Amino acid sequence: MKIETWLKNNTFHHSSFSDLADLVREKEKQNLKISLCIPTLNEERTIGKEIILFHSELMVRYPLIDEIAIIDSGSSDNTLNVARSFGADTYLASDILPNLPPKKGKGENLWKAIYQLEGDIIIYVDADIKNIHPRFAYGLVAPLIYREEIKYVKAFYDRPLAFSEGIRPSGGGRVTEILIRPLFSLFFPELSAIIQPLSGEYAVRREVLEKLSFPIGYGVETAHIIDVYREYGLDAFAQTDLDQRVHRNQETRSLGKMAFGILQTFFRRLKEGNMISELPELSTVLRQFQVHDKEFETINMDIREEERPPMLSIPEYLKKRGIKKK
Amino acid sequence: MKKDMQRILDSLPNLETMIREMRDVILTNIVMIGEIPSPTFREDKLREFILNRFNQDNLINCSTDETGNALGILPGSIGDRNILIVSHMDSVFDEEVNNTISVQPEYISGRGLSDNIIGLAAITSLPFILDQLKMRLNSNLIFMGTARSLGQGNLEGIRFFLKNTKINISNGIIVDGIKLGNLSYSSIGMARCEINYWVPEEYDWTRFGAVGSIVTLNELINRIQEIPIPNKPHTSIMFSSISGGRGFSNIPLDATVRFEIRSESGTMVDVLQKQIMDIASEVASNSGSRVETKILAKRKPGGISFSHPFAGAARAIHKTLNIESRITPNIAELSAFIDKDIPSIAIGITNTEKLTKSLEKVQIEPIYKGLAQLVGLVMAIDEGCCNEN
Repeated sequence: MKIETWLKNNTFHHSSFSDLADLVREKEKQNLKISLCIPTLNEERTIGKEIILFHSELMVRYPLIDEIAIIDSGSSDNTLNVARSFGADTYLASDILPNLPPKKGKGENLWKAIYQLEGDIIIYVDADIKNIHPRFAYGLVAPLIYREEIKYVKAFYDRPLAFSEGIRPSGGGRVTEILIRPLFSLFFPELSAIIQPLSGEYAVRREVLEKLSFPIGYGVETAHIIDVYREYGLDAFAQTDLDQRVHRNQETRSLGKMAFGILQTFFRRLKEGNMISELPELSTVLRQFQVHDKEFETINMDIREEERPPMLSIPEYLKKRGIKKK
Repeated sequence: MKKDMQRILDSLPNLETMIREMRDVILTNIVMIGEIPSPTFREDKLREFILNRFNQDNLINCSTDETGNALGILPGSIGDRNILIVSHMDSVFDEEVNNTISVQPEYISGRGLSDNIIGLAAITSLPFILDQLKMRLNSNLIFMGTARSLGQGNLEGIRFFLKNTKINISNGIIVDGIKLGNLSYSSIGMARCEINYWVPEEYDWTRFGAVGSIVTLNELINRIQEIPIPNKPHTSIMFSSISGGRGFSNIPLDATVRFEIRSESGTMVDVLQKQIMDIASEVASNSGSRVETKILAKRKPGGISFSHPFAGAARAIHKTLNIESRITPNIAELSAFIDKDIPSIAIGITNTEKLTKSLEKVQIEPIYKGLAQLVGLVMAIDEGCCNEN
């Protein structure tokens, strides 16, 4: 029954938080600082719109967000120039903590945001959302502002284009429904209540983020959920329905790569948690196939889900934040 | 030229610069308005957004009326004049159409930008702009997103308001998305007509010349084109759309044509309307089909003269901002003001470029000039520079 209670108490709709003036009052009362991080890689087509909407609505009209930062993986297009022209703070991930050996992946950008940004809460929003709206930020941060015990808020999107009255299925994308939810149901049944565990939009308290290790690739969201669950339990999570998200659709082959990376992270967590006793050394090569002139060809892809350690183990971070090493 | 008007003109270049600094708020309004579907008669979601914005910007009496207009008032320090600033909320696009707006550093693109996302975003941004400019006016400004304007809406929202309001409106400003430089202060006479032919079920297909409704419609169009159209008063008949038939192997049972009769003379519109309706009946009678004629909308000609101080002030504002004025007659909201003898002007905010049949691209930079023009007009009315006496 835990899941039902959690679903009832910790699942929100963004419209519950549309009184932004009240949200700002509450934020100021708690003296919170909030940062918005948009990780990018070749997002020149959508990044400008995200920046102006968040800046205009959540900084100028309602000072809910204190900083907007673009952390880029090294875009070859005009992403950083566009972002700069709209007034955002822009960073190359490789320029942050330059003494560490560089790694490339979305998780790397998210991890380095913890070092670079100042917020007590960091909101992460993907850069490829075509129907971006301020709700993508305030809908996620609001449960953290109003409920002290909530530490990690995940987005989900539940506005089907057409449905009849009554019961209808609700859930995530293809990878969630055929991989993540079955795995969670097997190993962490309570986590199956998170409707879209892979969504790229979430808001988290710094005190939680700095304790998490970060896979730099596909596994970052899955790892977060498992690690936060183990440390704080289901009640630390909340989820907010943001209605609809219009974005690029991924090919099935790309989803295969994603699933492969997530599985590496997942098995690593199972092993660390002593949930699986015997595990052979896992291959890092994903094999996919294509037909070339009636001949079948193998495509081998080496996908290694490397992880960054918790930020609290990085001396530069401790120094910057004035934290004494225990 | 009055001293006050010269002072306003002198302030315009600086205003444009200050408005440019409010880019994010202006563009955000364009995006958020543009991404809310608002077909005619179903403007409710957009109305809610506009009213919310009016509330956020501290307008008073933010409310709607029976037709679904969105209203808000910025009270003036004296309140001796009431300036009504309107822009229509409805769009020709259905709810299902992809209405995503894309923003790039130099331009924005999407559907419906010219008609009328940019216009509506301009009036929605104006309270914020005036506040940032710390501009305190003597006159009350009444902001209104009008509902049921396009097509069969037939300006129902603005007409309802002007008919029923107890407020004495001194001047009207109608804000359209395009084109920057357009200046309309007179309306031409117009009748928007629809003629539909259909074949009754008992039609005798064996009779000589039985060809279906499309040929009948074609006969009507040919006959209309034979009508002599005078150059003075300037008059035209514009065919807007035709439809009919169901595809190959089917005799077309119905066909429809829509057109507008436009003239500087209201009498000429009436004369042509009657003549065309007579021809429509005659053609129906000859072919044995049935005809239905509808007048979907009608406008009377009128407006203020070229020499009216309001028109002069608008042209002076354009000249100062290096905007090339194009004096064009208007058959939209302006005609509703003209019917009530309210001195009014319709302006455009920017220019667009068609990317596809329905997708448009709008340069961002001219928008600031378009908004400076709007602020200048409001100031000119407020300072009494647009009064005839």
